Amino acid sequence: MSISCLFLLTSCELNVWNNPYSEKDAQKNALYSVFSERPKHLDPVQSYSSSEIQFTAQIYEPPLQYHYLKRPFTLIPATAKELPAIQYLDKNGNLISGESVDEIAYSVYQITIVPGILYQPHPAFAKDESDQWLYHQLSEQEIAKASKPADFPRTGTRELVAEDYVYQIKRLAHPRLHSPIFELMADYIIGLREYATLLKQVDSQTMHNHHLDLRKYSLDGLEVVDDYTYRIKIKGKYPQFAYWLAMPFFAPIPWEADLFYSQPGLIQKNLTLDWFPVGTGPYMLTENNPNLRMVLEKNPNFHEERYPVDGMPGDEEKGLLVDANKKLPLIDKVIFTREKENIPRWNKFLQGYYDAAGIGSDSFDQAVQLTGQGEAMVTQEMAEQGIRLETTVAVSTYYMGFNMLNPIVGDGGSRAKEREAARKLRQAISIAVDYEEFISIFANGRGLVAHGPIAPGIIGYRDGKEGVNPIVYDWIDGQAKRKPIEAAKKLLEEAGYPNGINQETGSPLVLYYDVTARSADDKSKLDWMRKQFQKLNIQLVVRSTDYNRFQDKIRKGNAQIFEWGWNADYPDAENFLFLLYGPQRKVGNSGENAANYDNGEYNQFFERMKNMDDSPERQRLIDRMVEILRYDAPWLWGYHPKDFGLYHAWYQNVKPNRISNNTLKYFKIDGDTRQNKQREWNTPVVGPVLIFFVLLVVGGIPAIVAFRRREKSTAILGYIDMKRVNNNV
Amino acid sequence: MFDYIARRILYAIPILIGVNLITFALFFVVNTPDDMARMQLGIKHVTPEAIEKWKSDKGYDKPLFFNQQKENLGNKLTETIFFEKSVAMFLFEFGRADDGRDIAEEMKSRMLPSLAIAVPVFFLGLISYVSFALLMVFFRATYIDFWGMVLCVALMSISGLFYIISGQFLLGKLWRLVPISGYGDGLDVSKFLVLPVIIGILSSAGANIRWYRTIFLEEMNKDYVRTARAKGLAEYLVLFKHVLKNAMIPIMTGAIAVVPLLFMGSLLIESFFGVPGLGSYTIDAINSQDFAIVRSMVFLGSMLYIIGLILTDISYTLVDPRIRLI
Repeated sequence: MSISCLFLLTSCELNVWNNPYSEKDAQKNALYSVFSERPKHLDPVQSYSSSEIQFTAQIYEPPLQYHYLKRPFTLIPATAKELPAIQYLDKNGNLISGESVDEIAYSVYQITIVPGILYQPHPAFAKDESDQWLYHQLSEQEIAKASKPADFPRTGTRELVAEDYVYQIKRLAHPRLHSPIFELMADYIIGLREYATLLKQVDSQTMHNHHLDLRKYSLDGLEVVDDYTYRIKIKGKYPQFAYWLAMPFFAPIPWEADLFYSQPGLIQKNLTLDWFPVGTGPYMLTENNPNLRMVLEKNPNFHEERYPVDGMPGDEEKGLLVDANKKLPLIDKVIFTREKENIPRWNKFLQGYYDAAGIGSDSFDQAVQLTGQGEAMVTQEMAEQGIRLETTVAVSTYYMGFNMLNPIVGDGGSRAKEREAARKLRQAISIAVDYEEFISIFANGRGLVAHGPIAPGIIGYRDGKEGVNPIVYDWIDGQAKRKPIEAAKKLLEEAGYPNGINQETGSPLVLYYDVTARSADDKSKLDWMRKQFQKLNIQLVVRSTDYNRFQDKIRKGNAQIFEWGWNADYPDAENFLFLLYGPQRKVGNSGENAANYDNGEYNQFFERMKNMDDSPERQRLIDRMVEILRYDAPWLWGYHPKDFGLYHAWYQNVKPNRISNNTLKYFKIDGDTRQNKQREWNTPVVGPVLIFFVLLVVGGIPAIVAFRRREKSTAILGYIDMKRVNNNV
Repeated sequence: MFDYIARRILYAIPILIGVNLITFALFFVVNTPDDMARMQLGIKHVTPEAIEKWKSDKGYDKPLFFNQQKENLGNKLTETIFFEKSVAMFLFEFGRADDGRDIAEEMKSRMLPSLAIAVPVFFLGLISYVSFALLMVFFRATYIDFWGMVLCVALMSISGLFYIISGQFLLGKLWRLVPISGYGDGLDVSKFLVLPVIIGILSSAGANIRWYRTIFLEEMNKDYVRTARAKGLAEYLVLFKHVLKNAMIPIMTGAIAVVPLLFMGSLLIESFFGVPGLGSYTIDAINSQDFAIVRSMVFLGSMLYIIGLILTDISYTLVDPRIRLI
């Protein structure tokens, strides 16, 4: 009862009782978003997963970013004045042309940042009147009082300088940090690996958790030219390096913040750079409770940045250029609430308490309907609420891989004839497994059948007739049609398995499909997969295991057929084609090539292609590589998933994508509409509760009557009751 | 009594070591330190060097139970993952989670949300279960008792998840009386507690009411009840004053033992209602294979359970003066 009274007291003023936000959060210009997985790291040198980058990308600013509206994805400056100037050097350090790829020994990226950019207000920058740092040597009392940076009464700021970018790149090699890209970058940035060894030695000689001031140790491949210019020297030519410069790994870290958070007392209280970022971006993290909610608020020191004035055809009609040239960010506050379960997340979206939602398979039919032409649109119910659907093909691919070391399905056979048979077997299976049907049944149509490894929207991807995989499809009447099953059976016969029977041994062909431990829901997917193989009379044995054992099998090459996926780091074909590059094999090389595919010709082409700038010649090379892959069929190319997102009418300027993550600054909210709709949709219904209480009272009357009768009854009646109870019990 | 308590506390030490050993062995049978490193470092670009660095940094680069490389037996046993990760826990130093956060700090901040749901569920639940059970005993062998029993069996037969989903649907979505999920600060938290507390009480009502009814019915046949009636006491006084008092030992056995465990929270309710308590902390840790947290939570859970059992013994002496703890 007391809880109910408190609840009524706290809710009445809003006219709605189910509002999950407090009054202080009820800002008009706030975005209400959701996260399901708690971020593990917010230090840009360590964070990599999408659950982390959705926060770090709004706070930290690398020198480059992607144009919000243009497709294919285009790099533009973020804090940089312009795109990096690249110089190519031969092994003697002489300047040479970028086209002489074979002679290039080093590339030097020179980046000049815009002067006058300030960091967010933070106690790490606070100084007293005599210009001394206020919080760089905290006393025990000061530490005891602090549980978050906002607990320090004074804050300060300073201008962003080139040294901060260099400092962060050095942090990739920090002995106490685990950067997921260190090994990759150590192969490119000159001296990074040696720098890691040096820092490890220095760190082992200092006190545990002592601040390691990286300014004292120089790194060969990095140079601070002046306050606003720095250079990065990398090995050879690596055009994709520019894409890395648009990721938070290359965002600036001020040494003051590193020193401030290195104080042992603060680490003990979970006050670390890994949890309380310090950046120059449009937002700053003002509340960090990864168990419940994260709040981003507008950085008052954010530099001048404007909404793009140009986009793609159709963007203007969709209203994506209404705010052209307006100062960013457009939203003051973003409240991320942790919601682990789909059902409450979905219902709160329908009540207007979340501004956007993904679509789970259980709510798909309620939210989306497909037109006769297969086009997805929101249902009548959603349309009446003003909800709209935005779709985009993710730069990802889900595929089924063959272990190429296996003698049956791969190149593991000792004779050329066996390898040729395995290739035909793979091609036959590629035709038999109907991914159109898979997408329709299991992904509610949210996917695009893949014709090769490269996802749409990526430089190097081919659409239409040019993009069709001729091994699996025929081009008929302007459309790709999967070859008939007879074509697959013919290939199977040529492979030496007529009707799925090994013609040498007479035994049926049995293949093994390794998957991670499945829930009951996934049983139908596995049954479907068995049926696809059954079309060729191949018996598919599912070997289900837990994720760790599955990974172990892949690393050791013990799997035969498996499923895997890849999300692109950056929008270039190289980021997909390297997944089948021989030296990237899982077995022996611990690379990303899970199929262990190793084709000499393909490898040579890859080595040429990866160092080339975009050009028709590079496209021709990519086309040839994809052609080789289609013929060898080391993967069943699977499908590229489509992201479906639902957005309320008041949520504007949304152009979804998975490559560029710093998109919050472009979004806009119509707070008045949201407030009105929330009130309209959430008027409490008290009738059923009143009816319940009335029924309770009415039902209680006979009980009260019985109670009074019993209390007034004679002892003998009680005795008879007892006898009845004893008999019953 | 103090001798008894001291003895029980000493008994607890080998139990805790045993629990710790079993947790450790089970966890490492499923996950090797390499698996844990891969889980933390992500899927992309994970090299053997990065795995070794992670293991070394987190102290997982040593043997599990026995270090062959060390010379004397002491070092062979102490310079192992088991020893290094276990001993500190007995000093309540839980260390850091794999994401670098201090586990003790995290536990402190998550304990309150867990208690905010568990305490009202426990006390309101206990009061209502006992009251309903006594009412059913009062109306024994009547239609109220019969239909009450039917209702209890029906409540027992429904899965906890169903209560949560239907509660969220009815009270949160359809009638819009409370937020569907979430948690807040200060007084604001009250509106988030209504639904989980109702569901928490309701989901255990069937089994508990039946259990208490059975206890009370057994007491009803005792001589002292007959004597009380013979004195001319009203039936409700017989029940609430005499029967309830004498039925306290079985009630205490069930109730006091779980009091310390209230800190541990509820896995399902916290997860569905987005409550940042210790229950959801444990689930997250299991999903992310964070051994440091799992180990700490299992240790805390076993310790609280042992405390609960000791408190139960002590409570016997309070409700029944005939019992002595020696």
